[in-house]
Amino acid sequence: MTVATAPQSPPVTSPPQRGPARRGVLRWLLPLGPALLILAVFLAGPILWSVYIAFTNETLTGSASVNSQFVGVANFVKLFGDPTFLNSFFLTFVFVIGSAVIGQNTLGLIIALLQRGRGRVTRSVVNGVVIAAWVVPEVVAAACWFSFLAEEGTLNTVLGIQQEWLYTAPMVAVILANIWRGTAFSMLVYSAALSEVPADLVEAAAVDGAGPGRRLLHITLPLIRRSIMANLMLITLQTLASFGLIYALTGGGPGTASQTTPLYMYEQAFRYFEIGYGSAIALVMLVIGALFSLIYLRLIKVEDA
Amino acid sequence: MTRLAARVAAGLALLIITLAFLGPFLWVLIASVQPDATLSAAPTLTFSLDNFEAVLTWETIILPLINSIVISGSTSILTVLVSGLAAYPLSRYQLRYRRHFMLTLLFTTGLPVTAILVPVYAMFFRFNLYGSVPAMVLFLTASSLPFSIWMMKNFMDGVPVNLEEAAWVDGAGWVRSLTAVVGPLMAPGIAVVAIFVFVGQWGNFFAPFVLLDTPEKQPAAVTVFTFFSEYGQVAYGQLAAFSILYTAPAVVLYVAVNKYLAGSFNFAGSVKG
Repeated sequence: MTVATAPQSPPVTSPPQRGPARRGVLRWLLPLGPALLILAVFLAGPILWSVYIAFTNETLTGSASVNSQFVGVANFVKLFGDPTFLNSFFLTFVFVIGSAVIGQNTLGLIIALLQRGRGRVTRSVVNGVVIAAWVVPEVVAAACWFSFLAEEGTLNTVLGIQQEWLYTAPMVAVILANIWRGTAFSMLVYSAALSEVPADLVEAAAVDGAGPGRRLLHITLPLIRRSIMANLMLITLQTLASFGLIYALTGGGPGTASQTTPLYMYEQAFRYFEIGYGSAIALVMLVIGALFSLIYLRLIKVEDA
Repeated sequence: MTRLAARVAAGLALLIITLAFLGPFLWVLIASVQPDATLSAAPTLTFSLDNFEAVLTWETIILPLINSIVISGSTSILTVLVSGLAAYPLSRYQLRYRRHFMLTLLFTTGLPVTAILVPVYAMFFRFNLYGSVPAMVLFLTASSLPFSIWMMKNFMDGVPVNLEEAAWVDGAGWVRSLTAVVGPLMAPGIAVVAIFVFVGQWGNFFAPFVLLDTPEKQPAAVTVFTFFSEYGQVAYGQLAAFSILYTAPAVVLYVAVNKYLAGSFNFAGSVKG
């Protein structure tokens, strides 16, 4: 590791000493050390640990809790032959597509578009209400929706019907609740992106006779496509791992009707104490998350890392 | 469609969206001041603060809120200290693997923390850390560090290096340079990171739910869940009052940093953490 020199420093034979005494490894290892240690033990450690125990029959009760055995790919064979897991996988897919990709993404974009050219009062009222849903803790959000969807609740009163949403349509219920909760993020991303769209470009198209729909489709959306892709990746990542809201609202039920993969993993690992099997599920989720995270990294252009 | 009609339609759409977002909040706000609240949306004309009075006891809300403050606060302080130290060499020195390290951190922020909890639980159980608040705080710190180091480095990059030169001439090392010059100059940035981590952990439900063993250690997030997961004999008005008292600090802190966080959403072409 050579001594760092500022790029603009004049080319002299012996580089001038800029910066504090900084020789050897210690100058960077000392300040970075605590972060590296905590990240290694409490983040990298568990991930590597999950790779190991996913191939064992570790449980928290019974004989396998004392001496767990290496069982090879048995957990994964069981996993992909398990209809409950495949069902949870399908429900996670429905949840992500419905609540994030279609719901939060589209609604966030629509709100951001509608807000353009509006007065400050309108903007702050709309922003305030949408962001409030995002700021409340997820358990409180669940309590809000639990009452909102109740038989005597606000939604049925407004619609004038009797419906136990959490029993008759649990996936619809959790998707709606998650749209409500997460739209603020997409809205903020798109507000920021739209503010970068040059106004004269849109105006020029209007002068040329392009209607609002064509201006949106051929000018605005292509200009913010990187933001759209990055936002889609980020909200997909957030929604994939979503647990608290669904768990508090339906508990995955009735039966397994709203049991997404994180809830299935919770049940296996923390109710049946099948830690090896639960880790195999965790590993599958981590790999899927890693793939999306890599796509995200490719999409955004990191200026100066 | 004329311009005016379009504006009216857009305004109407915004109004409907706002009302739809307001809907789920209504019950909590109304029920908290209704003495005999049910899940019904039909409010009575009675108003009382009985529900707030009822939940303001040591076991119901004071201890859980103290636990929340201890867990979120210590995670926040530890994260700021560790990420502030880590950001210094990443911002000031040209390290060979700096770019790789920063990109790895960004990659890590995308991993589903939910999934990591199973191995963390297994690890905690193996090493007798299950139920330990300090161990959980270290895990929460680890999970907040990647994003915090990113934010800290970006704030630190904003402090010009030449402001440190006087300190270096006086023979100050990196510790003095960081604590006496850089730290004070990026105080607003440090506050943003601290509050961001604090609010994030304030709402965290899954980690304490899985990693802590007794109700006396649980933060308000878990208490409010046990409150309403036992359907049937729930005092709904009290649940609503509890929710408001628990949510208020997060909202206040969010409003405090809102201005700074809004800038973080501008990643059209680049990341400005």
